Amino acid sequence: MSAQLLSFTDRGIFCAEGGFYIDPWHPVDRALITHGHSDHARWGHGHYLCTHQALPVMRHRLGDIRAEGIGYGERRQIGGVEVSFHPAGHVPGSAQIRVARGGEVWVVSGDYKVEADGLSEPFEPVACHSFISECTFGLPLFRWQPQAVIAEQLANWWHTNAAEGRASILAAYGLGKAQRLMTLLPQAGPILTHGAVEETTRILRDQGYPLPATTRVVAGMDAKSHPGALIIAPPSALGTAWARRFGPSAEAFASGWMALRGIRRRRGLGTGFVISDHADWPGLNAAIRATGAERVFVTHGYTTPFRRWLEEQGYEAGIVQTEFGGEEADTPSEAEPS
Amino acid sequence: MKRFAALFNALDSTTKTGAKTAALVDYFRTAPEADRVWTIALLSGRRPKRVVNATELRTWAAEAAGVPLWLFEESYAIAGDLAETIAHLLPRATQAADPSLDASLRGLIALTGRPEAERRAYVTAAWAGLGPDERFLFNKLMTGGFRMGVSSGLMTRALAQATGVDAAVMAHRLMGDWDPARTRFAELTESGGAETGARPYPFALASGLETAPESLGPAADWLAEWKWDGIRGQIIARAQSFAIWSRGEDLITDRFPEFAPLQDHLPPGTVLDGEIVAWGGTAPLPFADLQKRIARKTVPKKLLTEAPGHFLAYDLLEAEGTDLRETPLAARRARLEAILAALPPGLPISASPVVQGDWPELIALRATARARRAEGLMLKRLSSPYHAGRKRGDWWKWKLDPFSVDAVMLYAQSGHGRRANLFTDFTFAVRDGNDLVPFTKAYSGLTDAEFAEITRWVGKHTVERFGPVRRVVPELVFEIGFEGIQESPRHKSGIALRFPRMLRWRQDKAVDEIDTLESLRSLLRQVSEPGALPAEKEDPGASPPGPQDI
Repeated sequence: MSAQLLSFTDRGIFCAEGGFYIDPWHPVDRALITHGHSDHARWGHGHYLCTHQALPVMRHRLGDIRAEGIGYGERRQIGGVEVSFHPAGHVPGSAQIRVARGGEVWVVSGDYKVEADGLSEPFEPVACHSFISECTFGLPLFRWQPQAVIAEQLANWWHTNAAEGRASILAAYGLGKAQRLMTLLPQAGPILTHGAVEETTRILRDQGYPLPATTRVVAGMDAKSHPGALIIAPPSALGTAWARRFGPSAEAFASGWMALRGIRRRRGLGTGFVISDHADWPGLNAAIRATGAERVFVTHGYTTPFRRWLEEQGYEAGIVQTEFGGEEADTPSEAEPS
Repeated sequence: MKRFAALFNALDSTTKTGAKTAALVDYFRTAPEADRVWTIALLSGRRPKRVVNATELRTWAAEAAGVPLWLFEESYAIAGDLAETIAHLLPRATQAADPSLDASLRGLIALTGRPEAERRAYVTAAWAGLGPDERFLFNKLMTGGFRMGVSSGLMTRALAQATGVDAAVMAHRLMGDWDPARTRFAELTESGGAETGARPYPFALASGLETAPESLGPAADWLAEWKWDGIRGQIIARAQSFAIWSRGEDLITDRFPEFAPLQDHLPPGTVLDGEIVAWGGTAPLPFADLQKRIARKTVPKKLLTEAPGHFLAYDLLEAEGTDLRETPLAARRARLEAILAALPPGLPISASPVVQGDWPELIALRATARARRAEGLMLKRLSSPYHAGRKRGDWWKWKLDPFSVDAVMLYAQSGHGRRANLFTDFTFAVRDGNDLVPFTKAYSGLTDAEFAEITRWVGKHTVERFGPVRRVVPELVFEIGFEGIQESPRHKSGIALRFPRMLRWRQDKAVDEIDTLESLRSLLRQVSEPGALPAEKEDPGASPPGPQDI
């Protein structure tokens, strides 16, 4: 038997026996992809494998790629290992990837959240010996409120804005968060979308995800043509000429980072809705416990303190370095989904 | 607390003055009256004394949250705010109560001097019963540093609007020493919180002059004075009271006992505005000497002789008990000089000299400000009244350009509050032979976008970590501006700067182009050697007070 089933290389997580990488960040021959966000599904690999549900958006984003879909729970032999994909609850089509050899099981979580959002395939704990967990929000500062509470805040915000003659411009990441938000809200008025959001929404709707009707913003639309509208746009569209066409408006950002007042204020945004597609502190801890793993590697987030915490809880814990030599995500990039 | 939290959120979620004013006006009209008084006190810097220190709060909160202290500290480093960290870390309240702001503050004040167990029981019980926003604010009340993005001036204007009182009159009513626990809203807004006897006037404030002085019209319309680097103060000598107030509305009478004799000599009903400096006999001492005085409530004899206080008076706000603020400056100044001229010699007070000249002469004189321990010139319109607060147009500060050096960033640390999660606090080094010697920290001067870019850079160029501090690859060069330089045995570099800040990120410069420690030392020699001071025609300390030709 060779060394570790999965090893950590400068291209990403590597399985020597299967000859594949998981979410690699440099071009490789064979890549298993947990989900379609751009920091996980990168361009330039020889061959992609992801869930059937994740494939259409990935093809849309990455263009002409050699790619194949796989069903949740379907077991496939690759080289000397058995591989299967399991729901991660992060966004529609997202998966944890299970890799087994003999009796040894590893699971790579990708990004995940444990609360069912009503749209994404709900997170399922997968028993394993070694668990590689993200920890974007791996500090006890982060405790999400139930989705229903945030839904009510959003609805009130939209309602108040509409009543006072303002458009509601909601910034959210285009794959996952945007669609989650539109399903959360009551149909209180027209939902307009920025092109970047609309494309993904259309693809997911065509796949059969139950998404409400949306209208893509095109030239000529403004506050008069769509009074009281909710406009969902990527964060980069806030404060631009594109957003100003709607006249008086309220802008808000929906992200787990909005839990921190400093970040909220720095964005100069009046309103931040604390809603994330990543697990919060209790969620991370519960998910790790549920795997039954003895060994946990943490990546993507507050890795140093989270590792120490896990060690104090009795786990054997390590850190998977990410692209930039072990940098923690303690400086959240707002372009990344959160 | 919910009503107060709603106000806080309204103020916190906008940068628009109009929206802030509207939120305050609404609050001052509708909130419970006792809460309004506390809010006025908090927004004008009248915080109750701390009853709990930060270490206690950390310990109690970490235990209540069930996290080890080190993890509490990690979380604090990310949130960048103790009150917020605690609010997030504790489990959510099962049933939220809504005590009033007044009740909460009185509850806290009642803990003064109580044993730890009692204070802890009170605070943890309060945490358990408050919603997240109210818990955050409750923590802010305990930790101090209570800033709501509202200046005292904005609050005063909103209060004036809510009550229909003139804003300048309201500003005056809010001045002085009053206790929010014993002041009623009506009393405060209708006649004033403090006893009228020791109540100061709102300070007139100047704006920075950004254009050529010629744009102000003829120089003859203006009074020029040195802009001293001291403590702005108001001396109140009334029949029943003698008080010295700092611009920050701290009562500093006892910190400067050398001024006590003035109460016997100034005519009753006199209020003076001026600058308190440490006096070197003929000119002010460096600010560092005065600084030793500021921190102390009681002053040892040695300091009294080493750094004696002196009042450089430049305005007369009240004479013979009459408010002179509407009188033109020229007349106030003349009367001020007359009052000072009548004082016996030897008192630690003199008129801040008038600097005479046309614009070209004033420009030349301003260039000599540093040698006179001044930061530049003040320009005040001779016909102007004494405004309450900052009113653009009549008072200008015309400061010298700062000193500057190019230096390289050595360490980075993330900021607090609004700047949590951004690396904003940097340590800079200059070259000394082959070494880089850290010589100053700086936190301000860059845009948010620049801080964000540097934050990303720091992430990728960290060499070593010491808790929240990162040592980085010495590569980024900045132009550091500062107002003064002095020797400091406490610093490795042997120097300390006054008001250091980043003037520019020099992306065009490489680390081998930065300045040297020797260049800083030579600057230090320039500013501290007596020979560097141009000869003065008159000695403002010993001469009879009055306008002087300089």
